[in-house]
Amino acid sequence: MENRCAIEMKGITKCFGQVVANDSIDLSINRGEILALLGENGSGKTTLMNMLSGIYQPDDGRILKDGEEIYIHSPREAYGFGIGMIHQHYKLIEVFTAAQNVILGLNDGRMDLKAANEKVRSICQRYGFEINPEEKVYDMSVSQKQTVEIVKVLYRGAEILILDEPTAVLTPQETKKLFAVLENMKKDGKAIVIITHKLNEVMEVSDKVAVLRKGKYIGTVNTAETSPQALTDMMVGRAVTLNIDRPKYDNPKKKLVIENLTCLDEEGVKKLDSVSFTAYTGEILGVAGISGSGQKELLEAIAGLYPIKEGSIRLVGNDGSEKEIVGLTPKKIRQTGIGMAFVPEDRLGMGLVGSMGMTGNMLLRSWKKGKGILVRKKEPSELAEKVLEELEVVTPDINFPVRRLSGGNVQKVLVGREIASEPEVLMTAYAVRGLDINTSYTIYNLLTEEKMRGAAVLYVGEDLDVLLELADRIVVLCGGQVAGTVDARTATKEEIGLMMTQFNTKEGE
Amino acid sequence: MMSTIIALIVAAVTFGTVLMYGTLGEILTEKSGNLNLGVEGIMYMGGAFGLAGAFYYEKAAGAAASGPAAIIIAILAAFAAGMAASAIYSFLTITLRANQNVTGLALSIFGTGIGQFVGEFMRVSEGGYVALSNNLKEAFSATIFPKVFVNIPVIGNILFSHTVFFYLAIVVAVLMYLFLKKTKWGMYLTAVGESPSTSDAAGINIVKYKYLATIIGGGISAIGGMVYIMTTAGCVWNHEGLSGVGWLAVALVIFCMWRPLNAIWGSVLFGAMMIMYLRVAIPFIPTELYKILPYIVTVIVLVLTSMKNSRDKQPPASLGNNYFREER
Repeated sequence: MENRCAIEMKGITKCFGQVVANDSIDLSINRGEILALLGENGSGKTTLMNMLSGIYQPDDGRILKDGEEIYIHSPREAYGFGIGMIHQHYKLIEVFTAAQNVILGLNDGRMDLKAANEKVRSICQRYGFEINPEEKVYDMSVSQKQTVEIVKVLYRGAEILILDEPTAVLTPQETKKLFAVLENMKKDGKAIVIITHKLNEVMEVSDKVAVLRKGKYIGTVNTAETSPQALTDMMVGRAVTLNIDRPKYDNPKKKLVIENLTCLDEEGVKKLDSVSFTAYTGEILGVAGISGSGQKELLEAIAGLYPIKEGSIRLVGNDGSEKEIVGLTPKKIRQTGIGMAFVPEDRLGMGLVGSMGMTGNMLLRSWKKGKGILVRKKEPSELAEKVLEELEVVTPDINFPVRRLSGGNVQKVLVGREIASEPEVLMTAYAVRGLDINTSYTIYNLLTEEKMRGAAVLYVGEDLDVLLELADRIVVLCGGQVAGTVDARTATKEEIGLMMTQFNTKEGE
Repeated sequence: MMSTIIALIVAAVTFGTVLMYGTLGEILTEKSGNLNLGVEGIMYMGGAFGLAGAFYYEKAAGAAASGPAAIIIAILAAFAAGMAASAIYSFLTITLRANQNVTGLALSIFGTGIGQFVGEFMRVSEGGYVALSNNLKEAFSATIFPKVFVNIPVIGNILFSHTVFFYLAIVVAVLMYLFLKKTKWGMYLTAVGESPSTSDAAGINIVKYKYLATIIGGGISAIGGMVYIMTTAGCVWNHEGLSGVGWLAVALVIFCMWRPLNAIWGSVLFGAMMIMYLRVAIPFIPTELYKILPYIVTVIVLVLTSMKNSRDKQPPASLGNNYFREER
């Protein structure tokens, strides 16, 4: 038991400016064990592991490998110590093939692509991965890219593997496969760390759980001896209820009518295929589907950002009049007088300007209201203060660049801004992706508040449990078509799961 | 008619050689993710120091001065000047992480100034006239092929009548192609230019690759300036003809889509466009209109490649960005 300890971290401290990301953390990683590193967003999980992979240097503390103190100055040195990390944002060269990516940085003399291709193939065969070593990475799907990353680490003979949120972008099947591989590697005597905040996965795959909270180490427990509730308490420091409140809104009216919406992408592939549904006021309409089933295109088409081949999108005013918005620019849509807000999937790309502070980002929504040539910062900065306070955004200053905030805080800024305009239609895409439980609930509550205010909320989500608890109705998309609409109060997960994958049965009926 | 076309091609190659060095150097630099806009200045410095190298060599050696030695010294002097200039650029952008565009523009102005200063200084201190003896001039503009080849009708002139610098440039282009496509280091360099953080995580020494590519690239670019002074300008300091050549090289890099082999024909094509006003002048069309042709072609190429949207023909993904490991 004593000799199994592969890596020990003692009193690790790391600061970024004034923010203490890690505060004297002790952690041990054992061979033949899967350790889940659990914590909220911004609790310092990734930072801590980045110090093992050589991306960051600790400001204080020691790292011991097999009892000997080591210093990891660079990722290359980390590989030398047998530590390999699979980052959340894949570190791959898009214009290279899989095999080229795998051998990148290896110091084994002459470049021999043929041998590399062969070796990659054999690793794939052994673990049941399905990638072609000669395929360019930009042609690959997300899970294939992740596979390349894992193969890369295995190719280098890593004995300590760190995976940063490996399942965030995987389908349930892919996740199962990944976990099977992890089990195999565990049996091989490798030490595995997965960084995650999905409790069910922690319970499913890990042997031990180490919990971080706000940069501090809370403790390590054996998975078999704990429960999701206990872990949640450790993570957030106080008990949060896992139930989502779902009040019923009286007197719903039609707000958004979509009929036979069809969209093609640049290559002429149908992204949306005669999609029809209606969203009502006072309702959260969930949109479920395997990623890439047309969710993104649907929201962008409604927002006036995606070209529409045919079909109709109508906004219904309070007096019952319907306004066709197909073909209108976002500006024209705003001029219809029916407020629409969009929380896009790509928060820092489409939603916010990363290098500007909260004030500047608030201004983006309201600059048209200003008169004269000078910028009036008073209202946006008041709004920023309000969002900061109400949503508990953690930032040193309202003018601190939002790019440098953690994911959850970025999302709070974005959602806060969008609901401040009191939209009648609120669209959110993966609003809680990458957020911890606490922030997720903040977002759920905000959406429910919006619903009770009388807005029609479109919630594109990936977690079926949440969809079933949060939404009133769920539209299931499959391959760009509507596979069906179900009542979220009565539907089951299995029912929706089936609709997500088997839209062809609908045609057979 | 035939002879006009041959003359045009030969002249295009002469000017194209100058561009080829500038372009090849910049391709290597940009492959590392550094957008060095200082090529203009670097080529000025190459021109001035290349001339100085050959001139002072002849002055020291006197009648014993040999052509090949003068050529080698001119190349080395220009190369060293280019390396020094891009070393400044590298230090500012890689180590101090200064903005690449601003640094490049500053280097452009700085380099033209230094080039002018050295050129004028030599002229004044040598009593108003700096020129090599006719013997050496001949060495710089002569072909390396025997007369027999040159005298072959039509293709003799087109293929074998050029200076040693043209053939050397082709060798550099081919070597650079092999380096980027076939060697491990070339692959690493491409990786650095595409995604430094990925390369860093893979254990590649980003700083080393960026420095080496930028400095060697600068050296290669500088040779272009020297070639202009020693061939087209007739071994006399001439700042007017060299003006704008560096910018053309930057445009040519885009035209070639960052591929060294494309630089060979691309440079000759651009060379032809640049000298067309001399050879096939049409009355009433101002020469300036001819001179913007290369830029128009570059814009068209940009439009076409972005319409095709092929990932292989795009600039290095992190071109123009500095890398700092701990930045999030």
